[in-house]
Amino acid sequence: MLEIQGIAVSPGVAIGQALILDREGYRITRCQIAPADRKTELQRLEQAIEAAADRMDTHREQSAISLGADVGAIFSAHVQLLRDPRLRVEWRQLIQEECFSAEYAVSTVLNRYAHAFRSMGSPIMAERAGDIRDIERVLLESLGGHPLDVSNTGAQPGILASHDLTPSETANLDRRLILGFCTEIGGPSGHTAIVARGLEIPAVVGLGPFLQKISGGSDIIVDGYRGRIILEPDEPTRVRYLERRVDRQCRAERLNTLRDLPATTRDDVRIRLLANIEFPHEVEACLARGAEGVGLYRTEFLYLSSETEPSEQEHYEAYSEVMKAFSGRPVVMRTLDLGADKMGQRPLAEQEHNPFLGLCSIRLSLRNPALFRTQLRAMMRASIEGDLRIMFPMITTLHELRTARMLLRQVSEDLQEDGFNIAGQIQVGMMVEVPAAVLMLEHFVREVDFISLGTNDLTQYTLAVDRSNEYVADLYTAVDPAVLRLIKTTVDVAAQYQVDLSVCGEMSSTPAYALLLVGFGVRTLSAPPAAIPQLKQALRSVTVDDCQFMAKRAMELETAREVDAFLNGHFATLLPDMALGV
Amino acid sequence: MSASFSERTVVVLNQAGLHLRPADLLARAASRFQCQIEITKDGQTVDCKSILSILTLAAPQGCQLRLTANGADAHDAVEVLASMFADGFKDIDDAESSPNSLQREQSN
Repeated sequence: MLEIQGIAVSPGVAIGQALILDREGYRITRCQIAPADRKTELQRLEQAIEAAADRMDTHREQSAISLGADVGAIFSAHVQLLRDPRLRVEWRQLIQEECFSAEYAVSTVLNRYAHAFRSMGSPIMAERAGDIRDIERVLLESLGGHPLDVSNTGAQPGILASHDLTPSETANLDRRLILGFCTEIGGPSGHTAIVARGLEIPAVVGLGPFLQKISGGSDIIVDGYRGRIILEPDEPTRVRYLERRVDRQCRAERLNTLRDLPATTRDDVRIRLLANIEFPHEVEACLARGAEGVGLYRTEFLYLSSETEPSEQEHYEAYSEVMKAFSGRPVVMRTLDLGADKMGQRPLAEQEHNPFLGLCSIRLSLRNPALFRTQLRAMMRASIEGDLRIMFPMITTLHELRTARMLLRQVSEDLQEDGFNIAGQIQVGMMVEVPAAVLMLEHFVREVDFISLGTNDLTQYTLAVDRSNEYVADLYTAVDPAVLRLIKTTVDVAAQYQVDLSVCGEMSSTPAYALLLVGFGVRTLSAPPAAIPQLKQALRSVTVDDCQFMAKRAMELETAREVDAFLNGHFATLLPDMALGV
Repeated sequence: MSASFSERTVVVLNQAGLHLRPADLLARAASRFQCQIEITKDGQTVDCKSILSILTLAAPQGCQLRLTANGADAHDAVEVLASMFADGFKDIDDAESSPNSLQREQSN
């Protein structure tokens, strides 16, 4: 048994067998072999190389005939790559000296070369990375690997273990096969984290190198509450976790009885609970948890999960599905909120030194009007199917807001000219997540129908901390007194100008912090569907006075640590059962 | 069999540089010789029988490379490889060489 500590990013406990995924989504049965098996492993490698080369030779001959000599030449080069003496030496070395399995040796070496080719900074050399990927795929197939996908019906559900998961890999995974995630790298704001929370699957990331210690089929427990995994657990540990899982399920069922009750405090103040979603299929979870609408629909996955840039129709179909499911309840759709580096279909900027301060989010949309128009058109087309609201992310200047609104007006006029039916009047809002927007809020609120506080980015930009950077991540906390002051200012200004405000950052899904927000005067919270039942339970157990006391006291404290300790301590006195997780 | 040594400076004439296809042809041709053949660009020396190594040089058009061979057939090897560079890798008929037999000779 071995326990490894990582970062908890999605709660829950999962117990199952490891499905090890290499970086291309191929299942690797095991990473390490016994020293006595090295000779057999070297033979497996040689046989796989020959089999793969034979297969490629057949491809080469066929494609030379059917597609022309140029395509044939590519396969010819691939055969040469497969038999490359340098690769063979490196593969054999890893098997001989490190006891790596043939699959893991192949994958490790080829990944290194693919990475090296991509880092050369030339598009032609980057294409070589694709060639390397191709031969990796053929070799892994020769070694008996299969891609983990829906069509692979024989696959048993398990715990997905991998170095990292790219957003598109995560999005394309068959979630019926995945009980939990554990990855070597990644942080709380990474896409694995967001997706795992969206799918309500336990996940632990940032575990450091551990893949070599397991093999496919090894038993793993993912403890998404404490951020650790347990490899090959002993029987008492296993039993303890199984019991804990049952307890949690009972508690979840108890919370579910709150589903149709309003989130009203003991002194009868109504709090609206909305859901943050990423995929259309999450609407089921929203409705099951009693969400009153969608406070944040992240639309990035349309861009991340497909090879080509999504068409207007693809956008429209996704939006329409969500609108129909919410039959008339509000759905706030946020326009593209990605960095230029994440736009896989066509990188829209050269390598940026500080992507968070670079061409991202609304800046990217405004710089690429064609891309932006496609999305806005699809949103407006879906607007007749319910209460659709459009929100622009990362607004920093009034000019940005005005330009975005102007584009939206143009798009609406174009659609009407094209004969589309669109809603006459829709609400338009902005995210408040840059300190500049808070400081200028009195001007912004005159030009929007609603605002949404994005506490994650607001914290990052206020404290100048990239929380995915392990060196400074400990400095990141949403309850830093500086961040609290910006939040309070935002809530006060919104109240003064009577503009709808909601909070959609992670802060609103942590019950103790949510009470603080209510104490500041927030009346709408947007959180992942899974967090809604416990938020409702907390809110129904307190009075607004309790919350205001927490807010007043928190504002008197000088450091984030004191604020956090006070909030959690006071929460425990107000709701001892919840604080203990009973 | 007396050991011999041969070397020559060659220039990449192909427009796209030493890309996939020329690297393939070069490694294939080099593999036919017994001698050890190396290729050097700006102080970086790699095995000319390894297509991957040739590709990592990322040699663009106009780039000067140094071919060095060590072994019994070193002179012939450098002669043949240098002429491939001079022809811009155009005149070699891929079909003439049987890659399977070539590689099996080499692997030991």
